[in-house]
Amino acid sequence: MKIRIKDWAIKITAAGLAVLAVAAFSLDSAYAQQGVTSLRGETALDEGRGAADLNKQHTGKRFTRNYRQQPPLIPHKIEKYQIDVKANQCLGCHDWPQNVAANAPKISETHYVSPTGVRLNKVSGSRWFCNQCHVPQAEAQALVPNTFTSSNDMK
Amino acid sequence: MSASNEEQKSFLGRTWQKFRRPTARYAMGTLLVAGFFGGIVFWGGFNWSMEMTNTETFCISCHEMEANVYREYKETVHYSNRTGVRATCPDCHVPKTWVHKIARKIKASNELYHHFLGTIDTREKYEGKRLELATNVWKAMKETDSRECRNCHNFEYMDFVVQEKRSRTRHEEAIDDGMTCIDCHKGIAHELPAGIVGVEGMPNIGNPNLGN
Repeated sequence: MKIRIKDWAIKITAAGLAVLAVAAFSLDSAYAQQGVTSLRGETALDEGRGAADLNKQHTGKRFTRNYRQQPPLIPHKIEKYQIDVKANQCLGCHDWPQNVAANAPKISETHYVSPTGVRLNKVSGSRWFCNQCHVPQAEAQALVPNTFTSSNDMK
Repeated sequence: MSASNEEQKSFLGRTWQKFRRPTARYAMGTLLVAGFFGGIVFWGGFNWSMEMTNTETFCISCHEMEANVYREYKETVHYSNRTGVRATCPDCHVPKTWVHKIARKIKASNELYHHFLGTIDTREKYEGKRLELATNVWKAMKETDSRECRNCHNFEYMDFVVQEKRSRTRHEEAIDDGMTCIDCHKGIAHELPAGIVGVEGMPNIGNPNLGN
């Protein structure tokens, strides 16, 4: 009797799995028809997609901020500057007193305060990696349509 | 006794005797022609093999170079740029003129010695030595007035008009103050080392939080 129950259970499980598999397969093909694409897109594995067009970076004139707390954008290229645990080449122009000779904007005083509130004579370790917040400005379109409005325009 | 002494002469001694003794077997002309062509082969061979050690392929055949400085250099403008003109390792690190080149090549035997000693055979060891190694190069560049940079770059032919405003100002100042390339252009082809805080002539860009 015990054996027969086991058989019955196995059959039910097998049937259930089959149904699930068919469902999963049809769902999968349904997704494929709807055109869900990977980051790679429709490109075959042995083909390259070619380099993407990069957004043109704007140098010279500074973009205005969109809201008060926005980290200012960088109006120049930065890809050749070393910003790592060993050195930070941004400081060469933007740290006081170098900024005077370089005529470059000085790093905000808030960046010379340790996380525990102690004022420092050097950029705080928690503010060391500039490009965590500051990025070069570029003529980039919004990735998704949105209704963002600058806080200055809100009444 | 003296005869046996003659026989027992060392290899060097016998060679020296042969070298001094005029030959009775070969004509002067034969010796001259053979010497001439032999000279071409040896001199050509010497220069050829020296040029073999003056290639990027040779430099990065040691993993110390390939795994550290070469990979960093691949990110920089001297490796990849708009026009495809490159400066390879020896273009910056080996002088072009013969005397200086030979001097550098002899000094490089120290690098071979430390390669076999394994002084910088891991990333950690390399990073530990980086400040010292970089300082050596900066010092050499300063002493030669950045000679290797100036094989390609020359103030005389710089068109300041097409330079960015900041570069123009700095370069004009550099000419007036008699500065040399390496005074400012440190860490352009390889990562700056840790511990450059307070290095003379270096803008204050080292990480002080490292505790160096």
